[in-house]
Amino acid sequence: MSRYFYWYVALAVLLGNPLNALAATDDDLQAIREQIQQLKQNYEQRISQLEQRLQQAEANSRQAESIAAQAQAAAQQPTRSGAVATSSESSFNPAVSLILSGTYGQFKQDTAVAATGFALNANNPGYTQGLSLKESELSIAANIDPQFRGAATFALAPAGGISVENAFVQSSALGNGFNLKMGRFFSGLGYLNEQHAHAWDFVDQPLVYRVLWDNQIGEDGLQLKWLAPTDMFVEVGGELGRGRGFPGTDRQNKNGAGAGVLFAHIGDDIGIEHSWRAGLSLHETRRVNAVSTGVPDLLNTAGGVSNSFSGDSRTAGLDFVWKYAPNGNLRERYLKLQGEYFRREESGLLTYNLATTDSYAVAQSGWYLQGVYQFMPAWRSGLRYDRLDPGIAAVGALNAGNVISNYAFNPSRLTWMVDYSPSEFSRLRLQLARDDSRQGLPDNQLFLQYIMSLGAHGAHQY
Amino acid sequence: MKTKQSVVCELSPLGEMPAYPSSAQANARAGERYVVARKILCAFLLLLISGNVHAALNVFACEPEWAALTQQLAGNQASIYTATGALQDPHRVEARPSLIAKARRAQLLVCTGAELEIGWLPVVLRESGNGAIQSGSSGNFEAAQYVTMLEVPARLDRAEGDVHASGNPHIQTDARNFLPVAEALSKRLIQLDPANTQLYQQQYATFSQQWRAAIAKWEKQAASLKDVPVIVQHKGFPYLSNWLGLKQVAELEPKPGLEPSAAYLAKVLNELQQHPARMVLRAAYQDGRPSEWIAQRAHIPAVMLPYTVGGTPQATDLFTLFDDTIQRLLAGLK
Repeated sequence: MSRYFYWYVALAVLLGNPLNALAATDDDLQAIREQIQQLKQNYEQRISQLEQRLQQAEANSRQAESIAAQAQAAAQQPTRSGAVATSSESSFNPAVSLILSGTYGQFKQDTAVAATGFALNANNPGYTQGLSLKESELSIAANIDPQFRGAATFALAPAGGISVENAFVQSSALGNGFNLKMGRFFSGLGYLNEQHAHAWDFVDQPLVYRVLWDNQIGEDGLQLKWLAPTDMFVEVGGELGRGRGFPGTDRQNKNGAGAGVLFAHIGDDIGIEHSWRAGLSLHETRRVNAVSTGVPDLLNTAGGVSNSFSGDSRTAGLDFVWKYAPNGNLRERYLKLQGEYFRREESGLLTYNLATTDSYAVAQSGWYLQGVYQFMPAWRSGLRYDRLDPGIAAVGALNAGNVISNYAFNPSRLTWMVDYSPSEFSRLRLQLARDDSRQGLPDNQLFLQYIMSLGAHGAHQY
Repeated sequence: MKTKQSVVCELSPLGEMPAYPSSAQANARAGERYVVARKILCAFLLLLISGNVHAALNVFACEPEWAALTQQLAGNQASIYTATGALQDPHRVEARPSLIAKARRAQLLVCTGAELEIGWLPVVLRESGNGAIQSGSSGNFEAAQYVTMLEVPARLDRAEGDVHASGNPHIQTDARNFLPVAEALSKRLIQLDPANTQLYQQQYATFSQQWRAAIAKWEKQAASLKDVPVIVQHKGFPYLSNWLGLKQVAELEPKPGLEPSAAYLAKVLNELQQHPARMVLRAAYQDGRPSEWIAQRAHIPAVMLPYTVGGTPQATDLFTLFDDTIQRLLAGLK
């Protein structure tokens, strides 16, 4: 800019001075002065025009530089621009994860023998002797659209065959605290029921879950939950299902619902170190021709008999869990205490040995209490105590001489475990148990287990 | 809303009570029971709605730094709940009932994103029954979308430890990252609460001006930290290193998220002979033992950094967070 300016000034001076040197008249001088003035104005105009153009040119070059810098920055960020740019089919892949698990079990007693007083109940301990592969769980989940999310878990049995453990859709935009689930899901009753096997703190479920819920009750149906708009966590929910999972008898060829569940949960934090949740659950179903085999009787029939029951089943449960972590930092150390109690009343007709039918009513209950302590990062140890009460059955006169009404024995078990998790995705466990669930057949059990998950990083429930 | 409910609750029960002179006593007893039951019901209802009475924007901040930033940008217009503390590992948080309850009422969720909260936030969102804050909606704000991510893995393999596909999520250790995040967050606040546009614009202008000045100050203070070799306990400081020019020579975690074993620490110590470092860094929430172990043997200081607001008593807001961070780093240099 200055170069041009001086150049024009110099030119003006050169032009002006020779004219000045002439000894001219006043008129001439006046005319010359006006001319010079004009010239000066002219030059000033042109100078300012040139200045403007120069400024514009400079601004343009700056802009170009910043665009180049932006392009460079964008090139250095493959993910951000990539995530936006790619729109192929594969970028809509759902989250896929696979759980791999296996156990070694060492114990003495036959697992086919049910806990004393619970021969009419479910009896699947979930473990076997020796080395064995557990079910591999394949999970797929993704948002379906802005309204719904879908999730499915397929259990691949070690002997072959696939079963659908979960397959449900869930609303994500109902709002106002409402949550609707449709399909096959683990019922929201109790605390442990909704947790998948890989999240269990022990190799097996508590005895009360084994006998009253066949380890975990899954339902085909609907679940509607509502979360209150409060500072404290207050949730109520209800389910209607076909009665697929035990104690349901999988209602067939009938309209309507075969089982209903109501539950309420409350929970909160106390400071940053403590948190808790407590719940109340009710379950109701009508059982139709529920056949149990190997049921002991008063006549001491070898191998037991087969009985069939039809009637109403009502269960109520209480659950609580309390967690403590110093500074709220779960990574270092934490303590988790939990307990659940369930009581089931059944009344209806019992057919003894599939021949003699009369009334039958019983109230069974059970509870467990467990604590798990992470004493250093990656290492945890836990203790659990289980106890069941088979109750005293009211047996109709026709079967009074056949059916055992009072076992006078409370099955119990004490379990200890220690596990090591090298990362969030792997866990190795040792478990020892003293099992007193079968009268006269105490058992010492040892288990080794691995549980690993690969694929998508699933979020865990409380 | 609160007052209306109170009026309903305070209505005299006598007016609605059936009055039969012949059994006045029995009626009085029934009336008392009725009053008590009604009082309990009213108290419960009030409890239910009391949390709902607020004019301010309800914000659920996943980490303390975003709570502090929202506070800077929204002033008193936001009622902010912070989901995690400075002494908690933000990777390892549980979907606690309290978090679900708070998310239920939130109008805006301010989180880091980039998979930092992947272990708990999806459950909180799902269980909250709140459509306004679901991923993809305007009430869901992820700070990591607005900054340049570092350490984006070229290879996604868990054999590399707990790596994040979209890059290292600990973006809050570079003060410069707060500028683009603040700009985007301010726009989001305006979008959600247009009535207070002027306030948000003002707050942002003030913050941005003060923050730029503070960055210049911090960079001047930290000039001597350039090219200083450091060891880190967890790969949590790439943004800080990138900003201040620290040279990260080793990590105490064999792979991100895995606990350092004694054997691995010994190996790091051995390597330090060839590549000496000036200090070992860790975040306030991390166990001090691995860094102390190395520090003692390598005769270098172990420096604990606040990492986020509240990590140290000095780090009370965003400004003091970086004041304290730089002071601690400079003290480690001496």
